[in-house]
Amino acid sequence: MRGDEPRIPLSVKAGAESAAGQVWGELIDIMLTILFDGVAYGMLLFVLACGLAVTLGLMNFVNLAHGAFAMAGGYCTVILVNRMGVPFFAALPIAFVVSALIGLILERTLYVHVYRKPHLDQVLFTIGLVFMSVAAVDYVMGSSQVFVQLPSWLQGQDVIFGVGVGRYRLLIIVICGLLTLGLQLILTKTRFGSRLRAAVDDARVARGLGINVNWVFAVTFAFGSGLAGLGGALGAEILGLDPSFPLKFMIYFLIVVTVGGTSSITGPFVAALLLGIGDVAGKYYLPAFGAFVIYTIMIVVLIWRPQGLFARPAGR
Amino acid sequence: MAIVLETVNLVKRFGGIVATNDVSLKVEAGARHALIGPNGAGKTTIINQLTGVLAQTSGKILLEGEDISHLSPHARVRRGIARTFQINQLFLELTPVETLGLAVSERLGHGGDWWRRVGSNPQVMEEVAELLERFRLTDVMNERTDVLAYGKQRMLEIALAIACKPRVLLLDEPAAGVPDSERQDILSAVAELPKDVTVLLIEHDMDLVFSFADRISVLVNGALFVEGKPDEVARDPRVKAVYLGEEAHV
Amino acid sequence: MIKTPTSFSVTRSLIGRSHWHPLEIVFWVAAFSTIWLFPTKYLILTEIAWLALFALSLDLILGYAGIVSLGHAAFFGVGAYTAALLAKHEIINEPVLALIVAGLVASAVGFVTSFLVLRGTDLTRIMVTLGVALVLRELANQNGWLTGGADGLQGVTMQPILGRFRFDMFGHNGYVYCLTVLFVLFLLARRIVNSPFGLSLQSIKNNPLRASAIGINVNLRLVAIYTIAAGYAGIAGALLAQTQAFASLAYFDFERSADLLMVLVIGGTGYLYGGLIGAIVFKFMQDYLSVWTPQYWPFWIGLLLVLIVLVGRERITGWTRPIRELASKLDWRAARKDGA
Repeated sequence: MRGDEPRIPLSVKAGAESAAGQVWGELIDIMLTILFDGVAYGMLLFVLACGLAVTLGLMNFVNLAHGAFAMAGGYCTVILVNRMGVPFFAALPIAFVVSALIGLILERTLYVHVYRKPHLDQVLFTIGLVFMSVAAVDYVMGSSQVFVQLPSWLQGQDVIFGVGVGRYRLLIIVICGLLTLGLQLILTKTRFGSRLRAAVDDARVARGLGINVNWVFAVTFAFGSGLAGLGGALGAEILGLDPSFPLKFMIYFLIVVTVGGTSSITGPFVAALLLGIGDVAGKYYLPAFGAFVIYTIMIVVLIWRPQGLFARPAGR
Repeated sequence: MAIVLETVNLVKRFGGIVATNDVSLKVEAGARHALIGPNGAGKTTIINQLTGVLAQTSGKILLEGEDISHLSPHARVRRGIARTFQINQLFLELTPVETLGLAVSERLGHGGDWWRRVGSNPQVMEEVAELLERFRLTDVMNERTDVLAYGKQRMLEIALAIACKPRVLLLDEPAAGVPDSERQDILSAVAELPKDVTVLLIEHDMDLVFSFADRISVLVNGALFVEGKPDEVARDPRVKAVYLGEEAHV
Repeated sequence: MIKTPTSFSVTRSLIGRSHWHPLEIVFWVAAFSTIWLFPTKYLILTEIAWLALFALSLDLILGYAGIVSLGHAAFFGVGAYTAALLAKHEIINEPVLALIVAGLVASAVGFVTSFLVLRGTDLTRIMVTLGVALVLRELANQNGWLTGGADGLQGVTMQPILGRFRFDMFGHNGYVYCLTVLFVLFLLARRIVNSPFGLSLQSIKNNPLRASAIGINVNLRLVAIYTIAAGYAGIAGALLAQTQAFASLAYFDFERSADLLMVLVIGGTGYLYGGLIGAIVFKFMQDYLSVWTPQYWPFWIGLLLVLIVLVGRERITGWTRPIRELASKLDWRAARKDGA
C-alpha cells in the first residue's frame, strides 16, 4: 500500500515533555491515526469488493477477474485527469460508468455462458480474463505504477485533536460511507433491491415469481463492476495502480467476501473494515509480519467458520 | 425381543423449528419396522441423525446398547448401521462392480490399501459377484452408473447398503421414483433381505408398508404419534385423519 | 478361489483397469528415447519433466480427489528452497538424498495444511490454498537472510548425482535424472490410483456423502492424498532447483499455480497422463509464443484458458476420443474412460 506508514501527527514528533500522560496520549494518537487510516482503507476495500460479494451470492460465481474492473476504473481516471485535464470529481462518475459498461458487455457476451459450469471452470475462465487484462494494460499503458494528479486541496493532512487526518483519506471515508448507505437503501427500500435479495436467496423460486433473474444478474454485475471501477479510481492513490493490480489485490477482495459472507452487505462491510484496520495496524506494529496478519486472519476465520463470519447457517 | 436400535428423547431444532420432537423409537432385532407419516413429518431427519449426517440437538442414539450419538458417519457404518437415500446417492462415474467392490473392501478393512491392485482380493470379488446376482445387476455391471436405468440405479443403491453387511438397515423410500415396470424387483429385493438384518423402512407406498412391515410407527410433526402392529395402525382413526391430505399415496 | 462365472468376470474387469495399455508403453519408450534423439534440447526437455511431475501432483488431488487448489505452488516452492538450501549450505551433498528430504519437507507442509481444505466449499478451498501459498511466499520474502529474498537463492553448487553423474553443461545428466525421477514417481502414483485407496478417492470426488455412508473415512483419505501430492510437488520443485542451481520467490507465485491448472486442463484430469501431455503441449506453446511476444505471452495463455472453458473441457477431451478408441478396440476400459 502506497504511503504505508500512518503519518504521525506533528504534535507527537515535536519531542515533548515526558510526562506519562503525554506519552500515553501520544500512543492513543498513533492508534487513532492507524484506526483512521485503517477505516479509510477498509471502506475502500468494501466498495471494491462488494460487487464481488453480490455476484458470488447471487450467481454462485467465482469472479477472480473482479480486480480487472477496478483497474479499468483506475486507469480511466488516470487518463482523464492526467492526460485530458478532466477535473477529478468529474472523472469519478465517468470511471464508474466505463467500468459498468465493460462489465455489462462482458457479462452478456461471455460470463453468461459460464454460469452453469463447475467452479473449476469458472476459476479458469476468470483467471484467463485476468491474464488477458493484465497483459493488455501492460501493453497499452506500460508496466510502471501510475498516479492520479489530485487537486491540491485534497493533498496533505490536517491535525484534528492530535490525530493526523489525511484529507484524501477523509474524502474516501465520506464517499464510501455515502455509497454504503446508498447501497443499503437500494437493497432494502427499492423494488429492485427486493428482487435482488429474492434472487440471491433462491433464483429458481424468484424466476417462478416472475422476477427476470437474468436481467437482475446483468444489472447487478454491471453495477458491481462500476463500483469496482469507482473504487479503483479512488484507490489509485492509496493502493498503487499498475497492470498487476488485479493479481495483487485479488486475495484482498476474496478475503472480504469469504470472511464477510455473501448474504448481506454488513458482512463484507465489517470484514473489509477488519481487514483494513488489521493490515494497517499489522504493518505498523509488526512490520516483519505485516502481510501475514491478514492471511492468518483469513485462514483462521475459514477454519472456524467455512461459510464466513456472517453467512446464514443454511447458506450455499 | 432384544432392542437393536433405539433413540432416547431425540430432539432436533433448526433455529426455531423443532424437526424432531422428543422421539424415543425402539426397533427390535430382526424387525421389519416401518416409519410412516405425512410429508415433512421429519422422517428423513431422523434417519440423518441415526446415521450421523446430522447432529442431534439433544438425546441419545443406541445401537445394540452402545451409545453411538457422537460417532462420525463412517464409524457408525463400521458399528453396523447402513442406509439408502431417498434420492439416489451413487458414484456416477464408477461402475456397479467398482461401487460394490468399494463397500465390501472397506468393510473387510482393505479399503485403504494403496499398494494392491483393485481386483486382487478374491474374497471381495466373490461377495461382489454374489451381490450383483442377488440384485440383478450382472447385465450392467461394467457400465458407468450414470447411464443405468433408474430402476437399476435404485437396485444398486440398496445393494450398496447391503454390501456393508449392516445389522441395521435404514431404507429411505426404496421404491420412490421407480417406474412400475421395475417396482417389483425393488419389492422382491426388500422382501428377500436376510432375516438377521433389522430393517427400518420409511415409505409412502402403503402396499409396500403393509406387505412388508411387522411394526409401524407413525411420525407427525416430528413426534411419534401412534405405534403398533400394522392392522392396529391401519384401523386407528387418528392415523386416517392425519393422512386425509395424503390420499394419493394411501 | 474363483468360483462362479460372475466372480470371474468381476475379477477380470477390475484387474483389467490397471493393465498397461500399449499406448502407455509407447509413451514411455518415446520419452526415454528423447535422451538420444534430441541431444540439443535437454534444457526444454528437463523443464517439461519437472513440470509434468508438478502437474501429476495436482492431478492426484484435483483429478482423483476433487480438491480444487489454487495454491499448489506452495509445495513446489518449499521443495525447491529446501533442495537449494541443502545444497548451498552443504548439509546434504548428494542430490538424490536431498531430493527425498525436500519431498518429505513439502509433504509435512502439505500434511499440516491439509486440514484446511477438508472443510467448506470449493470457494473456501480456493481461498485457503491461495492463502497458504501467499503466506509461504511472504515467509520466504521476509526471511531474506535464509532465502535470498527477492533476489532468489544464489550461490548453489550441485554435487554429482549418486556421487558419479555431474550436472553437466549440456544438461544431459540433469535430464536423465529428472526423467528417471518422473518415471519412478509415476509408477508409484499409478499403483496408488489403481488401488482400493485410489478408487475410494474417486468415490469421494463423486459423492463424499455416500462415501462416508459406506464406511470410508473421507477426511483421512483426503489428508493422505493431499500429503502425498504435496510431496510430489515438492520433489518437482526440488528438481527445478537442482537443475538450475537456483531458487526464486516466483516459484510460489499465483501465476505458477494458475499455469499449472492450465497444464492439467489441456491434458485432461483423472487419468494421470493428462499432466504429462499437458506439460509437453504447454512448454512448446510457451516456447513458441515467447519467441513471438516475449513480454505479453500471458495474454495468449489467458485467451486460451477462456476459449478452453467456453468450448468446454469435455468437448476438448472428446476430440481425442476417436484416437483412443481406434487404438484400443479390444480394450473395454479405454472406451469407458472419458476423462474428468
